[in-house]
Amino acid sequence: MRRTTLDLWVGFFVIIGMAALIFLAFKVGNLGAANGGETYVVNGQFDNIGGLKVRAPVKSAGVVVGRVKEIRFDPKTYRAVVSLSLDASYQFPRDTIATILTSGLLGEQYVGLEPGGDEAMLQTGDALQITQSAVVLEKLIGQFMFDKAAEGSAPAN
Amino acid sequence: MNGLLNFIRRLGAAAVEGVWRIGFAARFFMLLLRHSGQSLTRIHLTVREIYFSGVLSLLIIIVSGLFVGMVLGLQGYETLQRYGSGDALGVLVSLSLTRELGPVVAGLLFASRAGLAVTAEIGLMKTTEQLDAMDMMAVNPIARVVAPRFWGGVISMPLLAALFSAMGVLGGWLIGVVFIGVDNGAFWSQMQAAVDFRFDIMNGVIKSFVFGATVALIAVFEGYDCTPTAEGLSRAITRTVVTSALAILALDFVLTSLMFRGQS
Repeated sequence: MRRTTLDLWVGFFVIIGMAALIFLAFKVGNLGAANGGETYVVNGQFDNIGGLKVRAPVKSAGVVVGRVKEIRFDPKTYRAVVSLSLDASYQFPRDTIATILTSGLLGEQYVGLEPGGDEAMLQTGDALQITQSAVVLEKLIGQFMFDKAAEGSAPAN
Repeated sequence: MNGLLNFIRRLGAAAVEGVWRIGFAARFFMLLLRHSGQSLTRIHLTVREIYFSGVLSLLIIIVSGLFVGMVLGLQGYETLQRYGSGDALGVLVSLSLTRELGPVVAGLLFASRAGLAVTAEIGLMKTTEQLDAMDMMAVNPIARVVAPRFWGGVISMPLLAALFSAMGVLGGWLIGVVFIGVDNGAFWSQMQAAVDFRFDIMNGVIKSFVFGATVALIAVFEGYDCTPTAEGLSRAITRTVVTSALAILALDFVLTSLMFRGQS
């Protein structure tokens, strides 16, 4: 079988098609960013997770250190159980505080970790003891209005 | 009364014809798969078809991808900057391209650029009795003519769709970063934070693969099934484009609702 110019063109086509796919994977997608490295999973129980979603970032000091792996409802304690998958290169003390925060006023919600002072580090399957729930804007506004109303009615009496 | 009866009669005939064609298409597809071995062992047959349906579609895919990305960049920026989030332009452009526009628009272009040509070629072969002549010489026309064209389309389409998406992102970058002045770092980093390889890009590739197989099957089937006259051939070509477009859009809805339902 002879090689023809047609083969050259098809080879060229396959190569730039593959190059486009690699461009999408590494430059557009997140494949280049240490994804799929070693991770460990810790759980935290929250009273209210607000609008937290699976795959939301877990940040400590503003740096992304992991992702939310799973969110489920515990029917025994009536609380939300959030599994966090953390990068194995980042170790956190056992008494780390997990808080659900919002980036900006209307931005996405993420989990913020605040390291404690414990000597022992978190292991896979550990539970975060201290957690702080998401701030629900409606509740906040309701409370604010209630306080204002109480303030306004006080001098009248 | 007679007119009504005639109408019902024609409706029934059309329904039976439709079911008949679907059944024939399914049997044709099975036959095609069974005779696909030759398009692998005699790879130059398939390579030739990749050249005709893939390489020759390169220019239209690259140019239209670039323009679609540029339009997305312009329109997206208009809307996003109203909410002070012009930096999210990269996210908008890349997600809409990799998830939806890339596979769908590339599929529509592929159907009208390559699918149509395949139908015309096979249909003309049938009209001029070349397929029958092959059968006479104990050459199976499905293995020799149909299967390589089908596999050529299946292989070309995901590559073309990936190229379309990549060119679109570059077009959006060109408008957003180079002309409008969105920050280059924010453009790429927000995009990388939002686009997931497995979830967004692989689903786009799966979509384009499905569309490629659909368009290629419709194209070879319409060509093989056409009435062997000049008029029948022109009808078959029209049907290829119309059916492919409808199939792509309908399948896109089904795949999207399967892939992205209730997530993100």
